[in-house]
Amino acid sequence: MSISNEQAQAYWRENLRIIMTHLAIWFVVSYGCAILFVEQLNEIPFFGFPLGFWFGQQGSIFVFVILIWTYVFSMNKLDEKYDVHE
Amino acid sequence: MSLDVLTFLFVGGSFALYIGIAIWARAGSTKEFYVAGGGVPPIANGMATAADWMSAASFISLAGLVSFIGRDGSAYLMGWTGGYVLLALLLAPYLRKFGKFTVPDFIGDRYYSQTARVIAVACTIVISFTYVAGQMRGVGIVFSRYLHVDINTGVIIGMAIVFFYAVLGGMKGITYTQVAQYCVLILAFTVPALFLSAQVTGHILPQIGLGATLDSGMSVLATLDQLSVDLGFSQYTSGTKSTIDIFCLTVALMCGTAGLPHVIVRFFTVPRVKDARISAGYALIFIALLYTAIPGVAGFGRVNLIQTLNGADGSGASYEALKTEAKWFQQWENTGLIGWNDRNGDGKVQYAAGPAFDAKKGKPAFTEERGEYGQRVATNPLTGADFDANKQPFANEVYVDRDIMVLANPDIAQLPNWVIALVAAGAVAAALSTAAGLLLVISTAISHDLMKKTINPNISDKQELLYARLAAIVAICIAGYFGINPPGFVAQVVALAFGLACASVFPAIIMGIFWTRHNSQGAIAGMLVGLVSTMCYMYYFAFGSGTPDQYFLGISPGGFGTVGAVLHIIVGFVVSSMTAAPPKEIQEIVADLRIPRGAAEAHDH
Repeated sequence: MSISNEQAQAYWRENLRIIMTHLAIWFVVSYGCAILFVEQLNEIPFFGFPLGFWFGQQGSIFVFVILIWTYVFSMNKLDEKYDVHE
Repeated sequence: MSLDVLTFLFVGGSFALYIGIAIWARAGSTKEFYVAGGGVPPIANGMATAADWMSAASFISLAGLVSFIGRDGSAYLMGWTGGYVLLALLLAPYLRKFGKFTVPDFIGDRYYSQTARVIAVACTIVISFTYVAGQMRGVGIVFSRYLHVDINTGVIIGMAIVFFYAVLGGMKGITYTQVAQYCVLILAFTVPALFLSAQVTGHILPQIGLGATLDSGMSVLATLDQLSVDLGFSQYTSGTKSTIDIFCLTVALMCGTAGLPHVIVRFFTVPRVKDARISAGYALIFIALLYTAIPGVAGFGRVNLIQTLNGADGSGASYEALKTEAKWFQQWENTGLIGWNDRNGDGKVQYAAGPAFDAKKGKPAFTEERGEYGQRVATNPLTGADFDANKQPFANEVYVDRDIMVLANPDIAQLPNWVIALVAAGAVAAALSTAAGLLLVISTAISHDLMKKTINPNISDKQELLYARLAAIVAICIAGYFGINPPGFVAQVVALAFGLACASVFPAIIMGIFWTRHNSQGAIAGMLVGLVSTMCYMYYFAFGSGTPDQYFLGISPGGFGTVGAVLHIIVGFVVSSMTAAPPKEIQEIVADLRIPRGAAEAHDH
């Protein structure tokens, strides 16, 4: 292991922060928009869809894809910052 | 060319391709057999993961399910894609860094316990077998409809093909075959979806087409709502299940997806930790291509189905006319997946809410006889025409199995024959790719986790490989048996697989990575509580005497894995806190797997 203990802990903390931000969005989009608040959002029309229905069947899937890729890029940057990349 | 010749060419051609790849990519060592030598490029791994994951259920059943239950289907669409976010963020990179072959490897080593390893092996085998049964049945359905062989012969052909490339090629053969299978299945799903969307809405993309406005001035979804309500169904865009039930079902499907051993093991095959994250990203793109098209296919299919069955004026289509204008109706009737019961004796097919036959889910029990119009006769027709005239114009006379929607869609929409043949090849690809991945996981669990790591650690690499191949052969035979004699409860059993993965494997791995202090006692207690509570609940309601009004907080068995996972975490935490911390070297392993560097030399044993 080339990095010190403190650095490893700092890396892990930043990693956890990135994970939590992404999971918060993941939760809001799928459980929030498409399940808990679906009725309220369905009042809003969105390109021919009721908005809540759109989130459940289309929107959340698009957001999931974007989330994984932003996570990949943030982690690649973080790995370089702490010099733990391969 | 006739449909039969085309189907034969498409399915046969794809088989030849898979076998060719299998011969090219034979496995020589256990490392190649288990994890393809650990050198698969991320984009190829992404495609292979997508094919591995998208089974007969995704390809054949999901659009049909959404088509029939409308908005409640969102739980499956989100559950089976959102799980990849969990995989990419919480599991894949760390498990890759850990650098072993299997899920029981991780659980056994992290919790320094053979008991934990054996529990994980048991979960892996149960989850994978329940899944495989469904795949073989999917192959059987396709063969019986398009190649006019009976379901049993179809299953045996499918077994032979999987046997050939899974046993010979191991993970290496499977990975490259799955890349080819992904290409076949995505083409086979997308082409008819584009045709359908263009035909119904004028927009080529089904993702946009579903929101389009039709000639009548109403949007597709408003039309669907209207048609559904007129026939006594609930609105397409509103749900019928309670919020808590949908919530728990979605959690169980997401965590279950992330905990499925055959999906997790795919991330052991890439060279670096970084590649594990990237593969998850590619995998979800490839999966989303199909999943975002599903709601469109479901919606257009529903409109076409209702309009064909109830005729242009909505009063019913005559069976005689359907025999020539919509041949698919009688063809599917011949396979037993459609049934017609002329309750009012007018010779017309009428489709509305409610069962047409007297059985669970309204399924007809056919005899060999034919009725006055040539329709199949069932022993359990509902007689009389009692229905709520305020809600629907006539009593329902039709049974349509949800599973036929994707396969019948091109027929219903009268698309060219080559599209229908392509769909058949795609459905077989989807079923075979998943079956192969599952069989590999089962054989690895037996040869590696049970033989090598538990019973006899002294066996050589060569012997282990032999055990792996023998286990694969036995697993294929058992899977084939289930395909030929499908248990009548496939749907419940698949729900069980997700529930178990969600309540046992998923929390054990997450806690092992994110909580250094978690020890073997906590993990074992947690896994057992999650496993036993979920199994008992599902058993009681699926096979026992349970009725829906007894549901715990209104949660159906499919969503109970979520409660099991919560119990697992609580019990695991309490037991762990009351017992000694794990040994220092284990804590060091956990610290090490959090740092990406150093995974390149994947440790062998």
